[in-house]
Amino acid sequence: MCNKRFALLPAAVALLIAASPARAILPIQHWQAASGARVYFVENHDLPMLDISVEFPAGAGYDQPAKSGVASMTQRLLKSGADGMSEDDVARRIADVGAQLGGRFDADRAGLSVRTLSSARERKQALDILARSLRAPAFPAEVLNREKVRLVGSLKEADTKPDTIVSRTFYRLAYREHPYALRASGEVESVEGITREDLLAFHKRHYAARYAVVALIGDVTRAEAEAIAEEVTRGLPQASGGEPVLPPVEGLAEGASRAVPHHAAQAHILIGAPGISRTDPDYIALYVGNHVLGGGGFASRITEEVRQKRGLAYSASSYFYPLQREGPFVISMQTRRDQAAQALEVTQATLAEFVKTGPTAEELEDAKRNIIGGFPLRIDSNRKIHEYLAMIGFYRLPLTYLEDFVQRVDRVSAADIRDAFRRRVDPARMVTVVVAGGPETSAGAR
Amino acid sequence: MTSFKHLILALLALALAAGPGFAASDTVEHKLGNGMRVIVKPDRRAPVAVMMLLYQVGSVDEVNGVTGVAHVLEHMMFKGTAATPAGEYSRAIAVAGGRDNAFTGSDYTGYFAALEKSHLELALRLEADRMTNLTLAPEEFAKEVKVVMEERRLRTDDRPRAQVYEQLMATALTAHPYRNPIIGWMSDLESLRVDDTRDFYRRWYVPNNATLIVVGDVEPEDVVALAEKYFAAIPSRALPERKPQDEPPQLGAKRVTVKAPAELPYVLMAFRVPALRDPERDWEPYALEMLAAVLDGSEAARLARTLVREERIASSADASYGSIARGPGFFYLGAIPTPGRSAADVEQALRREMAKIIEKGVSEEELDRVRAQAVAAHVFERDSMFSQAYQIASVESADISHRTLDLQLKKLREVTPEQVREVARKYFRDDALTIATLDPQPVTGARRAKPPVGLRHVQ
Repeated sequence: MCNKRFALLPAAVALLIAASPARAILPIQHWQAASGARVYFVENHDLPMLDISVEFPAGAGYDQPAKSGVASMTQRLLKSGADGMSEDDVARRIADVGAQLGGRFDADRAGLSVRTLSSARERKQALDILARSLRAPAFPAEVLNREKVRLVGSLKEADTKPDTIVSRTFYRLAYREHPYALRASGEVESVEGITREDLLAFHKRHYAARYAVVALIGDVTRAEAEAIAEEVTRGLPQASGGEPVLPPVEGLAEGASRAVPHHAAQAHILIGAPGISRTDPDYIALYVGNHVLGGGGFASRITEEVRQKRGLAYSASSYFYPLQREGPFVISMQTRRDQAAQALEVTQATLAEFVKTGPTAEELEDAKRNIIGGFPLRIDSNRKIHEYLAMIGFYRLPLTYLEDFVQRVDRVSAADIRDAFRRRVDPARMVTVVVAGGPETSAGAR
Repeated sequence: MTSFKHLILALLALALAAGPGFAASDTVEHKLGNGMRVIVKPDRRAPVAVMMLLYQVGSVDEVNGVTGVAHVLEHMMFKGTAATPAGEYSRAIAVAGGRDNAFTGSDYTGYFAALEKSHLELALRLEADRMTNLTLAPEEFAKEVKVVMEERRLRTDDRPRAQVYEQLMATALTAHPYRNPIIGWMSDLESLRVDDTRDFYRRWYVPNNATLIVVGDVEPEDVVALAEKYFAAIPSRALPERKPQDEPPQLGAKRVTVKAPAELPYVLMAFRVPALRDPERDWEPYALEMLAAVLDGSEAARLARTLVREERIASSADASYGSIARGPGFFYLGAIPTPGRSAADVEQALRREMAKIIEKGVSEEELDRVRAQAVAAHVFERDSMFSQAYQIASVESADISHRTLDLQLKKLREVTPEQVREVARKYFRDDALTIATLDPQPVTGARRAKPPVGLRHVQ
């Protein structure tokens, strides 16, 4: 049991996916497989292991509102048996070679990943499971029924929790009709209606070879990587009907606020709006600016004002979460319920001041030193590099993205940041949600 | 404004220099004259150093009325010294491109920083400074203890399953301080004074109670020289006597219920078992580790296969055992029932799984699977410098030498099916059991909330 002084914040996640390696720094090899899949590879023999992922435009953003949860259930059941293997067969064969079968599921991306020893027997067995699970998932009806029951239970459980309520309310208000408003795992009613045919159709439409992005790093040669990339994308569905696209995000015409009653001891607060896409030209200015505003941990203004100066919260931060379309800009914190108004007021004032004046010269210098000087920490493990490979591949970023990132951070000025924030972050048009704000009642604190 | 061009070029060169062909070298150990220990594990895969300063003191060393003081002091360690004002520690590390954090456990308190390797000296200088010169200003304390109360609300008070764990431990133990939560009881936090943190600091933050661990692209002799430079002058001091506070034998099963607003029930069971003391001669802790992995080491393990997939009684089920602890060990079994099933149903199901092991044992095939996973995990762990440092820290905190890590893996792989059955037979007894159950309450008592003042456009 650990009580870290600072929890891993969403900001840390945003930070992790904010940059990526480049040819000059990491020798990324890129090619297209015969299947049509795009392949990104870093050869590294330091450790006898291999990380590989295969991802598709198959995230929650591709759900239909009435069927929300189909994308997530499709990804979830990829590991539940395929090509004659039962669910238990898959679990046992992966465990027998000490491999780990995982996957990604977010608003844009979905797929599977494997971490395995690179020795022949282990690698072959693990990759065989990966390839067959992607190519010919069985989606067994009885497993689907079981998973629906489990998921509905956990959705109902989640709906009692203030962090879930605040986040669902926020996304509904910020994204309205856009699929980014949908809960990634679906809603109780829509999950109950999912059929096996839905999963088969979604797999056929979205898990096509031509859309696949294969990212590999580890102890294999280029020739081996080429063979692996062919094998894990061979026999995937043929693309039909054009590559799936997400609808554009409409900005907020005006702000919106909600106060949701709840019994919790702490109020949960989210403030934000649709922000930026992965390829947004303002990304660097907003990223560096947010580092000063609320993304830079103890060095940032929101943490300073809310936590350091006033002791109002354990975590208070802000982040941009860039996606295929405009992902959100979010400020989040939790504070004792009777302090919610004070925390909100301090945060809104901090945001307004920052948008108005931007960072000071010293703040900007410190942020650059941290981001640029901390660069080696972003690529100090295969796992981290693998994350960047998958991101570069999926979003079709240049192979020099990481080198560019460092140099663009170096070049950004305080005026650039102020200008970008003024154009892109309007404090008067924010969605603000407070769950469990307000004074104690006779019920007392639990 | 300063240009970073030179820095970028230097970084690129460093990144390129860390090419393939490096393997983890041997770990080096050194003891300073004041008793402080230094452990260095070179890992040249990236131009990075991870530093961890471990104090062998945690919540287990707290006394009545001041639970949580170890963790509050950890927070206060970032609140300044004479030479480094409040907030400056984090700023200095950040400006050097580093990341820092700290953690408090039952047995230990750790401070770490990850930096581009040339900045390791900065981290050591700052750690040496705050080992002896902490200011502990009352006004900083007053704010920070409020932050910790928020942390407690976030992590425990508003989380029913966390409350179940807290109540389980408070029920399972009567004398041993593992019964208290690491973060402390709220009442103790409310009455904590800055002098409590000062007392705790003076007693335990001494070089002879500290171990410096560095993993990264470093030369061991350089790290040792830096440790000598910054820490050798700090005098050692006798540590307080550590009272054993041994837990008396348990005389029968214990049961506790937590009523809290929730949707699904939850059952958590704890069996008293031994922890690892002698890595060479002990065998039971290894057998217990294998047992936990047979039950819950992967998707192929028994609990997921039987309770979740076949019988569909549980939405999730888990087993865990940590062999590394200064105090008593516990083997945990937990489960959340599927909708429509009860806490009693999953408790019975967990008991059936234990009975099967006692009656029929485990197969060689199951153990082979766990062995393969252990071997692979040993390799995967080397992908993270932080994990390597943390692994060294966690065994050392319980007076187990990091030099026995390979031995422990070997011993784990040698466990036989009969030994697994033997520990199950010996320790899965009702008299050594405590059960905590979450009894979900309707989520109705929503306190009426007047919108906070700052919410202007309420619709």
